[in-house]
Amino acid sequence: MPSVPVARNEHRASGAGFTECESPVNYKRNAVIRICWNKYHSPRSIDEAIEWLTHYDGRAQVIGGGTDLLLEIQQGLKPAVEAMVDPCRIAGLNQVTIDEDYIVIGCAVTHTQVVSDKRIIRDGTCLVESCGVIGGPQVRNVATLAGNVAHALPAGDGSIGLLALNGEVEVADTCGRRWMPLQAAFLGPGKSAIDHHRSLLTRLRFRATGASAGSAFTRVMRPQGVALPMISMAARVQLDADNTISAVRIALGPAGPVPYLAEPAMEVLTGGPAEPGQFDKAVKAVLASAPLRTSKYRATREYRAEMIRTHLPLVLARATERACSSDAVPVGAGQ
Amino acid sequence: MSRLLMTVNGRAVDIEVAESRFLSDVLRLDLGLTGTKIGCNEAECGICTVLVNGTPVVSCTYPAFKALGAQVETIEGLSTDERLHPLQQAFLDHGAIQCGFCSSGLIMTAKALLDEKQATGEVPGEADIKTALKDTYCRCTGYQSVINAIQQASGQDVPPYIPSTVTAGFEVGKAQPNPDALAKIRGTAKFTDDYSFPGMLYARTLRAGVPHARIRSIDTAAARSLAGVRAVLTHKDVSGRNLHGIVDLDWPVLCDDKVRYSGDAVAIVAADTETIAAQAVERIRVEYELLAVVSDAMDAVRPGAPVLHEGRPDGNLLKHIKVNKGDVASGFAAADVIVDRTYRTPTTEHLFLEPECAIGVPAGYHPADFGGNQDAEALRGETAIHDKTSIYVGSQIPYLDRDQTAAALGVKPESVRVIATLMGGGFGGKEDVAGQVHVAMLSETTQRPVKMLYSRQESLLFHPKRHATVIRIRTGATRKGQLTAVEATLYGDGGAYASLSEKVLTRATTHATGPYTVPHVKVDCFAAYTNNAPCGAFRGFGVSQSCFAVESNMDILAEELGLDAVEFRRMNTLDVGSVTATGQKMRESVGLNECIERVDHDMRGDDFRWAWKQGHRHFAWGLAIGYKNTGLGGGAPDKSIAEVEVWVEPADSGDPVVHAEVRTSSAEMGQGLPAVLAACTAEELGIPSSRIKVLLGDTDYCPDGGPTTASRQTYVSGNAARHAAKAVLAQLAPTAAGLLECAAGAVTFAANEATAEGKSVGLAEVIMQAADSGVPLLAEYEYWAPKTQALGSGGDMHFAFGFCAQAVLCEVDSRTGKVHVHKVIAAHDVGRAINPLTLEGQIEGGIVMCIGYALTEHYIQEQGEPWTKVMARYKMPGIKHTPKIISHIVEHATASGPYGAKGVGELPSIPTSAAITNAIYRATGVRVRSLPVDQDELLRAMRSGAKEIELGWGHEQAIPTVTLGGEM
Ligand SMILES: Cc1cc2nc3c(=O)[nH]c(=O)nc-3n(C[C@H](O)[C@H](O)[C@H](O)COP(=O)(O)OP(=O)(O)OC[C@H]3O[C@@H](n4cnc5c(N)ncnc54)[C@H](O)[C@@H]3O)c2cc1C
Ligand code: FES
Ligand code: FES
Repeated sequence: MPSVPVARNEHRASGAGFTECESPVNYKRNAVIRICWNKYHSPRSIDEAIEWLTHYDGRAQVIGGGTDLLLEIQQGLKPAVEAMVDPCRIAGLNQVTIDEDYIVIGCAVTHTQVVSDKRIIRDGTCLVESCGVIGGPQVRNVATLAGNVAHALPAGDGSIGLLALNGEVEVADTCGRRWMPLQAAFLGPGKSAIDHHRSLLTRLRFRATGASAGSAFTRVMRPQGVALPMISMAARVQLDADNTISAVRIALGPAGPVPYLAEPAMEVLTGGPAEPGQFDKAVKAVLASAPLRTSKYRATREYRAEMIRTHLPLVLARATERACSSDAVPVGAGQ
Repeated sequence: MSRLLMTVNGRAVDIEVAESRFLSDVLRLDLGLTGTKIGCNEAECGICTVLVNGTPVVSCTYPAFKALGAQVETIEGLSTDERLHPLQQAFLDHGAIQCGFCSSGLIMTAKALLDEKQATGEVPGEADIKTALKDTYCRCTGYQSVINAIQQASGQDVPPYIPSTVTAGFEVGKAQPNPDALAKIRGTAKFTDDYSFPGMLYARTLRAGVPHARIRSIDTAAARSLAGVRAVLTHKDVSGRNLHGIVDLDWPVLCDDKVRYSGDAVAIVAADTETIAAQAVERIRVEYELLAVVSDAMDAVRPGAPVLHEGRPDGNLLKHIKVNKGDVASGFAAADVIVDRTYRTPTTEHLFLEPECAIGVPAGYHPADFGGNQDAEALRGETAIHDKTSIYVGSQIPYLDRDQTAAALGVKPESVRVIATLMGGGFGGKEDVAGQVHVAMLSETTQRPVKMLYSRQESLLFHPKRHATVIRIRTGATRKGQLTAVEATLYGDGGAYASLSEKVLTRATTHATGPYTVPHVKVDCFAAYTNNAPCGAFRGFGVSQSCFAVESNMDILAEELGLDAVEFRRMNTLDVGSVTATGQKMRESVGLNECIERVDHDMRGDDFRWAWKQGHRHFAWGLAIGYKNTGLGGGAPDKSIAEVEVWVEPADSGDPVVHAEVRTSSAEMGQGLPAVLAACTAEELGIPSSRIKVLLGDTDYCPDGGPTTASRQTYVSGNAARHAAKAVLAQLAPTAAGLLECAAGAVTFAANEATAEGKSVGLAEVIMQAADSGVPLLAEYEYWAPKTQALGSGGDMHFAFGFCAQAVLCEVDSRTGKVHVHKVIAAHDVGRAINPLTLEGQIEGGIVMCIGYALTEHYIQEQGEPWTKVMARYKMPGIKHTPKIISHIVEHATASGPYGAKGVGELPSIPTSAAITNAIYRATGVRVRSLPVDQDELLRAMRSGAKEIELGWGHEQAIPTVTLGGEM
């Protein structure tokens, strides 16, 4: 086949060397750094990925869709690296699979894949609703749930959805592979327990909600400023035969340095009927305990509290409804 | 370097590139596929979208090696030479393309949607389109035409939305795409960054990074010593005048003693690669003595404020602008109700999708010297020999760029040539000099072509914005609803340099009564220097600001008087015979009342209510009206020169055909000027516009069309083109008379023929005969717009005004405070619609831009430091914000406009924001006095019962108290 005519431009940004960048957004240089890495590796197995990371000894980094990482490097918030290790060609890691009661999501699975997966729609609805509102289609087509979790933002939408589902993450490094609870992966804003330079988040999983449980997510955005939610919240409700709540999880953010699990509210609801009066008690419990704050140009504490008042009962009601039916139609995904 | 194999547009690609490449770099730089554009490099704007294995991705943030082995599709792969893709055809037909910079992104994203739908046998609905294109932005069109075009391309019967207008003439009044749209839609049109000259270097600017400081020293030694660096220049290297400015010369080409805002240019570098240039900039050491910062217009003019420009007699007071009419004291004494409020508008950013780019080419440049192809015949472009210092740039004022560059180089204006390239949007933001002078300096120093492309982030930091204002306005009326007096005081934040502040804020001041007859008026406006980004021209030119204040007060007054908001306005509107605040008597062409009637009629359809509720959804209508001058006005000489040349070309079959070219150095930034000029020329010559070429903005080949600003080009250059065409025909008349054997005076030209006394001869024949006998086939016409008078003289400040009315249907969600605009009904009096298709594009785009002004946009600065450093922090309206727009064209012709036309570029972007806040008030009972509306603030007010809010999004402090008449 003939090749496309090549008009090479040797003069622009050749690959030789890369410049270090400092934080914060260093606009004085106004040259957004276009060289974020020198080598790009796409290993074929988890072992090979770990070998590369070991080989570079901290000078390489795992990349998912790059929609957080590459922007942070270009804006000088993170240093450029010698090599990127991209797990998207590792067999099995770009798939959603079933392992007994678990739905298992490979680290290369994009938000678009999550949103269109029939099993997740039915048995992890809040994850579809949360991954479905991230960015626009172009971002969702490359950005991964693993990247969202690894980025460890207090209100990363995918993280909030997965936290309500009591998710777990599997980490691989030179010591092998192990599962850990999702919460343990979050150390602080943008700080992950997973070392992105040395270990690979390989898979994420959660228990399918099945016949007696349902989940829902919602968030409130403003049309100005950064694309981070003013507040987002998710819930998973498990019902007994007599419609009492046998188990419940409520996750929300931003409230504190990591995605927040509203345990006091969960306690209030457990063992009681799934009805509006109870949901209002849950709201009170959240407001009494969640460390809500005002963040500049994003939301006031009062507004966030008000959104919990108006939206948490809706989320709980929707999760309850889904627990009672075998089908779920996600709301808001793609908005 | 590593081997990259992939398939691009069906063809195998096998190249050696650095592994650090992004996909967009491979496409644009390595493969020369420049149809994919870069708007931000932040995964924010979506215009760089290409398809990888059928899936849309943003190529600017996509590692090239992620695409190893993939099928990549770009805009260049969509059409063949003969056939456009249905999406491309539909975009053309619907006018869904203006500047064209976003078009490949919109089309590629839409293609993925169509492909997906086709696979399942469905067609996309509006909701599908809005979901798919959610993050693919367009600053020009307002998206309605985009949605319609995509639906048409999918086989649905959705015709282009073109409002009805008066009957078209031969060419004037016909809806047709802009002549340059075809190349843009194919991805072959070249914007500045798409040029790559043999031997070209890359430039970067060192920006101050501090808002106010004295420069102690600049040390460039370390930068110079870097391998690959060809030049490092500072103020010492400016051989001519180290100042530029459109009105006042106060802006240093390169700062010498002081820096006055964070975006000030301190040094410039040219190097072999962008990376080296960036590294060199990092190595320049500048020692600053930091000075106190003034970041607010009201603080700036207080005694004792730190002074930006030492030696100015008025300190930071850039200008005190006054309008006085009658006696406001007696006016207010006659009023039964007086409304007195203070409003605030934010600094906003044009966010044209093409960041500034300029290329300098040194005098004497031969591409062959650098191993390039050379074509002795070429007039411009990469293969041409350049005998003058030349600048390729997308500029709104090519001649002024030329003169300012020449002054800085210390040479005659004629030794510099500006070659205007296509512009990916301007909206007023490309009037001041950006990299023009710098690339000329660098290319002359290095004797090489030099490209200076600003990153989005540098563009945000550097270029002049729309003025933030605080406006106190007091409006009085009698119980019956007659306005008696308006008194207002405005403070406008001009930023660090004058730019067009004086002119913009004059317009804010003179339009501060709104389009109403007010017997007693006193308006004072204080334009101030601050250490914020300079402010200059921005679509609306000051009137967007004052309209928000005026039209908010009008609604409050109507309520207090117990009158219907529309009726109250109608009782006071300007009409033929009324006198404006500046004392101008309106003699003709005031279509305002008709605009109001058309909008009001549509709005009050079946079971009209101003406001209603459906659960948590609170709906309401709001209305505002506006007006805007056409042309520079205020006594400024306002002219444009155009040149028309005709020739004959043999046709494939049949008779030879007449062609023409119209030339003027005006600017096209997507607003549709080429279509207007082609139509005016065609109308006069009697040949179809498809045979008219339009050449804009090459200062060596086009006469001066003046600045493209103040909605003036249709009027002045349209007139110049029309008269130049007439002049060509007048030159041909004697030849035609010879052929027809009659007197020259008896010849008339129409429909491609010359006719006299019942006989006729083809225009082609006349031209061939004229050419043989040495009659010139080219004529130039210098058109002078009607004279205007200075503010204060009481005479005619402007030669024409456009008028409009807009009603918006808003929804406020009472659970979140979120505001959504569902529908806009608009009527615009444009004099005459020369091209209804491009006109409608201006209207829809202008309205959506003003929705952004009301709801989403604020360029935030904190103590002179921009918070809005990246595009991710500045949201312009996306396709999800687009309402249904119903548009009426009102045509009250103005006698001296071309075929009656006035300008329309700015008008639609004036009243929408006030209409929205008026609707919000009806929906919630809360009056919003600061833009953009903050849903957080609004919701808390709804809960607490507060009646008014004065914090817009991004405002930390309440609106300051303004004393009427000011403190001076
Ligand atoms: C326009 C735009 C809008 C956005 N909107 C939203 C939004 O609404 N809500 C939201 O939550 N986010 C949003 N984001 C952020 C981002 O897209 C998401 O967080 C996304 O899920 C990140 O995934 P990624 O695969 O691109 O991560 P990357 O950028 O590739 O990685 C993020 C971090 O995780 C690490 N990492 C990634 N994968 C692994 C792995 N397998 N093992 C170990 N470490 C890993 C990387 O080293 C990096 O430090 C937006 C981004 C953009 C550009
Ligand atoms: S998203 Fe790629 S250039 Fe803007
Ligand atoms: S046409 Fe879309 S940005 Fe100009």
